[in-house]
Amino acid sequence: MIDLTLLPDGGLGWLDASGPSAAVVLSTRIRLARNVEGFPFSQRARDPDRLGLLTRVLDAAAAMPRFGQMVTYRLDELERVERQLLHERHLVSKELAALDRESRPRPGVAVLVNGPVGVMVNEEDHLRLQGMASGFALEAAYASLQALESELGKLLPFAFHPEFGYLTSCPTNAGTGLRASVLIHLPGLVLTKEIGKVLQGLTQVGLTFRGLYGEGSEVVGNFFQLSNQTTLGKSEAELLDHLGKIVRQVIEYEMQARDVLFKTAAATVEDKVWRAYGLLRYARSLTFDEAMNLLSGVRLGVGLNLVPGLSVYTLNKLLIHTQPAHLAAEGERPIGDPEILTLRASYVRRLLAAEAS
Amino acid sequence: MLCDNCKERDAVIHLTQVEHDTKVTLHLCESCARAKGVETGATLLKSPLGSFLSAMGKGGSSVLPVPSDGLRCGVCGSTLRDFRESGRLGCAACYLAFEDHLRDLLRRLHGSSQHVGQRYRPPAAGGGDADPRSHLLELRDQLRRAIESENFELAADLRDRIRVLE
Repeated sequence: MIDLTLLPDGGLGWLDASGPSAAVVLSTRIRLARNVEGFPFSQRARDPDRLGLLTRVLDAAAAMPRFGQMVTYRLDELERVERQLLHERHLVSKELAALDRESRPRPGVAVLVNGPVGVMVNEEDHLRLQGMASGFALEAAYASLQALESELGKLLPFAFHPEFGYLTSCPTNAGTGLRASVLIHLPGLVLTKEIGKVLQGLTQVGLTFRGLYGEGSEVVGNFFQLSNQTTLGKSEAELLDHLGKIVRQVIEYEMQARDVLFKTAAATVEDKVWRAYGLLRYARSLTFDEAMNLLSGVRLGVGLNLVPGLSVYTLNKLLIHTQPAHLAAEGERPIGDPEILTLRASYVRRLLAAEAS
Repeated sequence: MLCDNCKERDAVIHLTQVEHDTKVTLHLCESCARAKGVETGATLLKSPLGSFLSAMGKGGSSVLPVPSDGLRCGVCGSTLRDFRESGRLGCAACYLAFEDHLRDLLRRLHGSSQHVGQRYRPPAAGGGDADPRSHLLELRDQLRRAIESENFELAADLRDRIRVLE
């Protein structure tokens, strides 16, 4: 079984709700796409290319004084539930974890993790470097990521063109290769039905939104990932600054919406929050979607100071540990086991009861 | 632009609908459009990015393969046609082999083809700094190509950098 204890924080440091605006913004993550000269891109890569690249990357990582020993997980050596576990912790993309149907990761597919930074190897690009931070903290996430990128770039020759910038497998990522995203909880805008306008506005200012698990994922529990759409023609600082400005505005709209909700329909909101809490506290069986939606309601309640004594950190923990692979791994059951619904309800009850006592 | 529905593939169909007196524009990829029952005629094409590329190259009308499809990257052997079909390039050298096509595409995708972010110098083989003379030669070569392709913005930038080195 995968040993996540190798990571001091289980790869979940970004979850601890210590960052700015942590009640609304769960986490900030930034990724940089990089390719290494001398290796074909993933589209043309054969297994020896992938393995050769991984060796180069591991050698480089071992030679980086500031990052010490990065913990490496070879996805081609992991079971499906273990790969999904890494994906549920947002350490690897769905594509890298090869979670589609019966697909298997290709040889050489790996992730290296060290505190708030990680490197996915042999993804759509050779390297996808990522930096994570708790709350709304673009600068913090970028600082640790940039340090990693700069050290790696001294040891591995990145593919770079003076006009087009960093060269990527898909031209949509060329230039900076930077995609920054903020995982934000917007129940106020959803309940006041303002969300459509806000999301439409985002696309007009060059941003895009996705669901909880990034590209191609559904929006669940009113969580949205807001990120930059373009990567070329603006500097890294400009891209981050632009996203930051817009996210601050979205947070403001969300707060206004919550204000309106509470002023015009306090009793309804309060009822909704406590019903969600009651179900979570006492239910004996919960699907993932149901748990996510109820947690969204309770999170709104915590934001409005309606639920005393419940911390945002506990809510974040519930969000991660009630996911299918986490429960399956903990209960030593296969992912599709119907028993998981019971395990989920019992995990939620246990955490909420501990917090209430 | 990515498809509004799946957020995965490039949008090729731009559908304007009126719902409750509000105009809504949906940007969809070929398969999501088909799933929503939108008749596109684009099904003749092999890929969304492919149709996008061939449409932009030929004044938005022709969907027939253009002669430059046969362009081939000397390093990895990918052709421009491969790229049009998969939306993925074969290696870093493809950016040089298909430079003109990619410049147009990057402008469409990002509004610019000129990287203004962090500059990068790869580590020199052997550990020392790269020979500045080879760097100068490379810049001059780039300048020549920039002028040929009438990319004067880049040419001016390169000229300035060459002056500093000289």
